[in-house]
Amino acid sequence: MLDALTLATGVAALLLAAWCGWAAYRDQPTKDWHFIGMAVVSLLAVAQLVVGIVQLARGGKPEQGTTIFVAYLLGAFACVPTAGFMSLAERTRWGSVTVAAAGVVLAVLEVRLFDIWGG
Amino acid sequence: MTVTQEKPARLIGGPGLLLVWFYGVMVVGAVSRSAYQIATEFDRAPLSYALSAVAGVVYGFITYSLVRGGETARRAAQFCCAAELAGVLVVGTWTLIEPSAFPDSTVWSQYGMGYVFIPVLLPLSALYWLRRSRAAATR
Repeated sequence: MLDALTLATGVAALLLAAWCGWAAYRDQPTKDWHFIGMAVVSLLAVAQLVVGIVQLARGGKPEQGTTIFVAYLLGAFACVPTAGFMSLAERTRWGSVTVAAAGVVLAVLEVRLFDIWGG
Repeated sequence: MTVTQEKPARLIGGPGLLLVWFYGVMVVGAVSRSAYQIATEFDRAPLSYALSAVAGVVYGFITYSLVRGGETARRAAQFCCAAELAGVLVVGTWTLIEPSAFPDSTVWSQYGMGYVFIPVLLPLSALYWLRRSRAAATR
């Protein structure tokens, strides 16, 4: 369950990055559709956070330590929304670039999460 | 990291926003990593973890300066970026010459290879951006 969510979130994050990168390439700010995309990715991250905590509560042990696991879960959860709010304040292509960067960062976090859990 | 409404010359417009984002990420990465390592296994590699903590503090100050904006903050950020660049180059070279001094890696080991070289690219692009911001302000 957790591994599937990690994979889904990572792929969705990369798609978001490509999509916002395309918007930046076309010199456009983030628009409503992009924010819906960010919401979808954020929802996946929330689901991952919940499932991760439930797994911990049921006695699951991350291979590289619980603290690191929770820290990465929280980081993954905060990543895209933060960039989304920043792009609201910057209505140029650079807002889109920032969200694209957030997507890439989130994908990296997902790879790390996979390792930390010991997939 | 946060959105502000400041009157002084904005440093986070356009490409500056992307810089703030990456600096914010590095603050979270370096500070949380070093806090965890110092709290749990400081004796294993004191130098590495202390350096990571210093890097985190420097990143935090630069992020704050960028968000704050204005000429003084711009100069402070410029100074810190130069210090950061020097830190990355010195520590990066040091880890290559004398790996035994670093039983565990720092944020700046091998010029930040573990972080896709962001630690060495970030100060370069930040210095460039801060120089341009001044040019734009005096124009």
